[in-house]
Amino acid sequence: PGDTSVLAGLYGPAEAKLSKELPDRAALEVLLRPKVGLPGVLERSREQLLRQTCEAVVLGVLHPRTAISLVLQVLSDAGSLLSCCLNAACMALLDAGLPLAALFCGVTCALQPDGTILLDPTARQEQEARAILTFAIASSDRKVLMATTKGSCSVEEMQQCLAAAQRAASTVFQFYRDSVRRRYSKS
Amino acid sequence: GSITTADGSALVKLGNTTVICGVKAELAAPAVDSANKGYIVPNVELPSLCAERFRSGPPGEEAQAASQFIADVIENSQMIVKEDLCIANGKLAWVLYCDIICLDYDGNLLDASVFALLAALKNVELPLVTINEETGLSEVNLKQKNPLIIRKHPAATSFAIFDDTLLIVDPTAEEEDLATGTVTIVTDEEGRLCSVHKPGGSPLTGAKLQDCITRAITRHKEVKKLIDKVIKSITPK
Repeated sequence: PGDTSVLAGLYGPAEAKLSKELPDRAALEVLLRPKVGLPGVLERSREQLLRQTCEAVVLGVLHPRTAISLVLQVLSDAGSLLSCCLNAACMALLDAGLPLAALFCGVTCALQPDGTILLDPTARQEQEARAILTFAIASSDRKVLMATTKGSCSVEEMQQCLAAAQRAASTVFQFYRDSVRRRYSKS
Repeated sequence: GSITTADGSALVKLGNTTVICGVKAELAAPAVDSANKGYIVPNVELPSLCAERFRSGPPGEEAQAASQFIADVIENSQMIVKEDLCIANGKLAWVLYCDIICLDYDGNLLDASVFALLAALKNVELPLVTINEETGLSEVNLKQKNPLIIRKHPAATSFAIFDDTLLIVDPTAEEEDLATGTVTIVTDEEGRLCSVHKPGGSPLTGAKLQDCITRAITRHKEVKKLIDKVIKSITPK
């Protein structure tokens, strides 16, 4: 949202290396490259979050012994980077035409010191916030696919953020629908 | 502690999973942009002896993700405030290297690592360090040791999810492999959530998540009692 942009490239299902192939499903691999510097521990943990989220939706059993590689390059970071990566990943999966069980979208909530909830915060708002919660919401039934928090919050606040994220998810899914429609309409 | 050469250490066994944490304190100059903050550097290692799926070589994704998770828990829960580690503003601060090594991997690595870290930090005794005004050098007084100021006591509870119907607390390695997802919830003694870590996996309704959180809060109380009992039993006098 805003100035944060991530470029996603999806390759696959392609032939997998013998060491990486799984006999019954596709092996998913995610590479996250930061804007500056080499990928570090933070990128690795984000890759793990993205990979397991994608594994939950991609119907890997339809393509056994193949590899699906998702490469994400951060072009600019102005807050809410993880949800931007999640959205880019989902759109890349859609664009590639991979069989998916559901769509997902990433929503970030920032809990400000006075208790108000802010969706998709900018970098400035993230720094000032008491806690930042990122959720990946599935399109099928608005269930939580992925959750990660930074900073501490009370249980009620978390539930409120989750409810707000689920409501916001509808807007993002509408955007997916519009983009795909534009892409495939006769023009 | 368990490691005699370390400044603080603890060995935790959760079922078959064995994790040892050693804390070493060193002195360093604080960073330019945060002159009154020390450093805490956690590092989780999964050596090849703990499970057959881990090979020797550079740290794999699981070890790196676990290290990042522990760093986040320390930061989120504010169990050690970095300002407390500062000795002289802009000149000298403590660096705590926390090495968490898994000796036997039978699932639920994150819970065991958090407990080991907490127990090890409670075991740490830092010597008093003063800066000599005339020479500008630091003087370490090994005879006078102070324990670390630990503000919060977070405890982690992990669940293995099976298709949104079944939730198993403290999964073994076999249960983890068969599970369709995992959730780890870190709470502190006030019932606040320090971290909700759900790396993908099958979707969960908000109600189920709430259920996990309430169980995590209950478990926290049991774990805290246990840690306090052990720490009291090893303190001399």
